[in-house]
Amino acid sequence: MTSTTCTQATALPAEWRDFVALTKPRVMTLVVFTGLCGLLVAPVAIHPVLGFTAVLCIALGAGAAAALNQWYEADIDALMKRTASRPLPAGRMDRQSALHFGVGLGFFSVILMGVATNWFAAAVLAVSILFYVLVYTVWLKRRTPQNIVIGGAAGAFPPLIGWVAVTGQADPLPLLLFALIFLWTPPHFWALSLFVRSDYSRAGVPMLPVVSGPRVTRVQIMLYAVPMAIAAVAPWPLGLAGIVYGVAAAVLSFAFLVLSLQVLVNRAVEPAAMKPEKRLFAFSMLYLFAIYGLLVVDKVLAA
Amino acid sequence: MIPRDPLTDEIRRRQRSRAIVTALALGAFVILVYFITIARMGGN
Repeated sequence: MTSTTCTQATALPAEWRDFVALTKPRVMTLVVFTGLCGLLVAPVAIHPVLGFTAVLCIALGAGAAAALNQWYEADIDALMKRTASRPLPAGRMDRQSALHFGVGLGFFSVILMGVATNWFAAAVLAVSILFYVLVYTVWLKRRTPQNIVIGGAAGAFPPLIGWVAVTGQADPLPLLLFALIFLWTPPHFWALSLFVRSDYSRAGVPMLPVVSGPRVTRVQIMLYAVPMAIAAVAPWPLGLAGIVYGVAAAVLSFAFLVLSLQVLVNRAVEPAAMKPEKRLFAFSMLYLFAIYGLLVVDKVLAA
Repeated sequence: MIPRDPLTDEIRRRQRSRAIVTALALGAFVILVYFITIARMGGN
């Protein structure tokens, strides 16, 4: 009965909404925002149409990477509560459509970026898509608990791409912004994976809490939070941002460290008792939005 | 009178909605390329 339903479902052409869902629009918000901030804090201005196109290309590139990620991971997505309703595991789309859509969207975003801005930005965009799909999804995710540490680099590219789209070169500030997201990713994802550990365990994904347990994960969260806070504040003493950004980044980073410390001292094993982890996860998203937003505000105030 | 197959109707409905979205996306792309061209010509 189930197989009949599944066959019928996959025999139908997917709805256009399922293609949109394949691009993970919610994750894309953060990508678009950080890419836009990278573009806005660049020292020179860009024509609004070209700036819009650059951000659009960053969004489409992220969507392509997400589609290819789901194409490759349909089997493990089906095993996790959090991902089971995605178009592929739910049987609303066939894998070939997802693959064609992802590859097509990836090529389109890179070529459009090259035509509208410059080919260096297009190359960095291409590297970010390939890094997410090949290095993170295909190579690391199922093999090592350090998957999101190295894979986190893929999510760190957008502000760098935004900056390069405007200036045509990579400078210290966008590299620091890259480092910030790179160091932010492990505490963010490990906080989440602590309270959805059973999901990852069922799917056989070797996330750190599954392989090494909550204690080691909590220590690792703290170990990454410290250099992340330093990377967040660094633009101020280095003269790359003003006092408004510096003070606000210091306060927000201090709050991040306090929340990480609360996670470190928590001994809970059951998700219901993991309030500090849930708080850190929620705050980490707000933190990244605020840090990047503040950098733009600081630049506007300095102008 | 031949009864309508509900599955065929559903396929047609999905194909139609996908065709409309694709057409809108292509239209938006054409407009975007026009404005990119104008912006780049102005820059030069």
